[in-house]
Amino acid sequence: MNIFDMTIHELHAALKGKQLSSMEATGAMLERIEALEPQIGSYITVTREQALEAAGAADKKIAEGNCDILTGIPLALKDIFLTEGIRTTCGSRILDNFIPPYSATSWEKLRDRGAVLLGKLNQDEFAMGSSSESSAYGTTRNPWNTSCIPGGSSGGSASAVAARQAIATLGTDTGGSIRQPASHCGCVGLKPTYGRVSRYGVIAYASSLDQVGPLTIDVEDCATMLEAVAGYDPKDSTSVNTPVPDYSANLKQGVKGLKIGLPKEYFIDGLDPDVQQAMTAAIETYRRLGAEFVDISLPHTDYAVATYYLIATAEASSNLARYDGVRFGHRADADALLGMYTKSRSEGFGAEVKRRIMLGTYALSSGYYDAYYVKAQKVRTLIMNDFIRSFAEVDVMLTPVAPTPAFKIGEKINDPLQMYLSDIFTIPVNLAGTCAMSLPAGFSAAGLPIGVQLIGKPFGEETILRAGYAFEQATEWHTRKAAI
Amino acid sequence: MKISVANVEHIARLARLELSQSEKELFAGQMDAILGYVDKLKELNTDNIIPTSHAVPMENAFRDDIVHPSIGLEKALANAPDRAGSFFAVPKVIE
Repeated sequence: MNIFDMTIHELHAALKGKQLSSMEATGAMLERIEALEPQIGSYITVTREQALEAAGAADKKIAEGNCDILTGIPLALKDIFLTEGIRTTCGSRILDNFIPPYSATSWEKLRDRGAVLLGKLNQDEFAMGSSSESSAYGTTRNPWNTSCIPGGSSGGSASAVAARQAIATLGTDTGGSIRQPASHCGCVGLKPTYGRVSRYGVIAYASSLDQVGPLTIDVEDCATMLEAVAGYDPKDSTSVNTPVPDYSANLKQGVKGLKIGLPKEYFIDGLDPDVQQAMTAAIETYRRLGAEFVDISLPHTDYAVATYYLIATAEASSNLARYDGVRFGHRADADALLGMYTKSRSEGFGAEVKRRIMLGTYALSSGYYDAYYVKAQKVRTLIMNDFIRSFAEVDVMLTPVAPTPAFKIGEKINDPLQMYLSDIFTIPVNLAGTCAMSLPAGFSAAGLPIGVQLIGKPFGEETILRAGYAFEQATEWHTRKAAI
Repeated sequence: MKISVANVEHIARLARLELSQSEKELFAGQMDAILGYVDKLKELNTDNIIPTSHAVPMENAFRDDIVHPSIGLEKALANAPDRAGSFFAVPKVIE
């Protein structure tokens, strides 16, 4: 019995059937983490002792006959989730010594069901990046090819699942930060509708866009994880009070008659031929399964990246004002208060974070507010309306996740604009506030995973999960493992 | 050039950041390229468009005014770089 081949569901069956204990599963995972970290670097912090303690408690529960689907399952979290008593850095030097006094609601929900925390995963600093190279704790490597980036910003959340250094993980997605790394690492990643999952205790980047979601080996696990974390939270007034469907129960209904839209603006000239081929094959698979295709248009797609980099940076410049060295985080030595603020921030933040704070400050500054920030908010309305209009005709949309497979480490680090453009197909979904999932759908000639994206209507997670499950049953991409 | 080194210095001051000369020059070039790119939004006529600040239409989220236990002084101060009794201590504010 190899736990590194197991999904949440398979491990759950083994735990319940007493073929394996959570202590054994967790111990094996911790060993694998230790063995692979020098090559991959998925983790910032490994919580070995807490993990073994939680595994022991889970085994006790299981022995008493209380075996929930998540009891004893070893998981890990992006280091953006506050975990009481466990260092949380958000990939930044400025939070190097930060021990949160409380936990994120999403983690509490998993923990309360008996999940075991293996540790905190690497990410771009403050979730700002598409490659995980902006972390203050080193670059995570792609388990399929260690000279490539794992994607970002939830790079560690994707690489840990791909390298089987965790059974499943949570990430966050502001402009593609769950879906793009999931695509690059060959796992399933879902960004829920804005408001579906509580963000209480999740360090804020761009508050009108940020959302929490799972990265998993397959769609069934994704449904289980989403079900566990979704729902209204009185502590997050942006969480929406609508019932959480039983995502797992409705997975197997197939896609016969499902109307899938193909937005023509996503099939651009610059699309990598391997990505194009994966898309063509995915369309063929869905056709065979009985889905109907509709050609649609999202005419403002080309403006999404520009809109995003004004709105997200403006919100970031405001959110990150709290890092001033007063109450927590890094404090620099200075004689007076203003100097202390400035020096603490300048020493604590890395280049990409400074760049985005600067851009956002500029977009909000006197004389530029209307020309940049308000203009971007108006274009956001146009982008949202594109989705509303098209979703009157189709149930879901099928698109690429990223224009290319994972790129090489260092390739785009000196050209921020090129880096930003790698999120061209994921950003519109965040601006529209709807849900989308990346599914493993093929490999490049060089052996790198390629994902396709299913975009759903607001609160249409059930439909994209069902469509994703049908695709998975008809293909074997999700069963392939990185040879690491 | 939309963004000069002097502009960068002004924005950095607003953002409470201190940049080295080489950082200022690097950021001026990079911000210039990015702001040049976002200028494409000007192609769109948005005269009668209402700005979106939030994707999910939401009114004020009201709740009952109920007192809940809070994390308490010691926990709240546990990460303080410097404290004085029950306060966060900072360098002097006024000369």
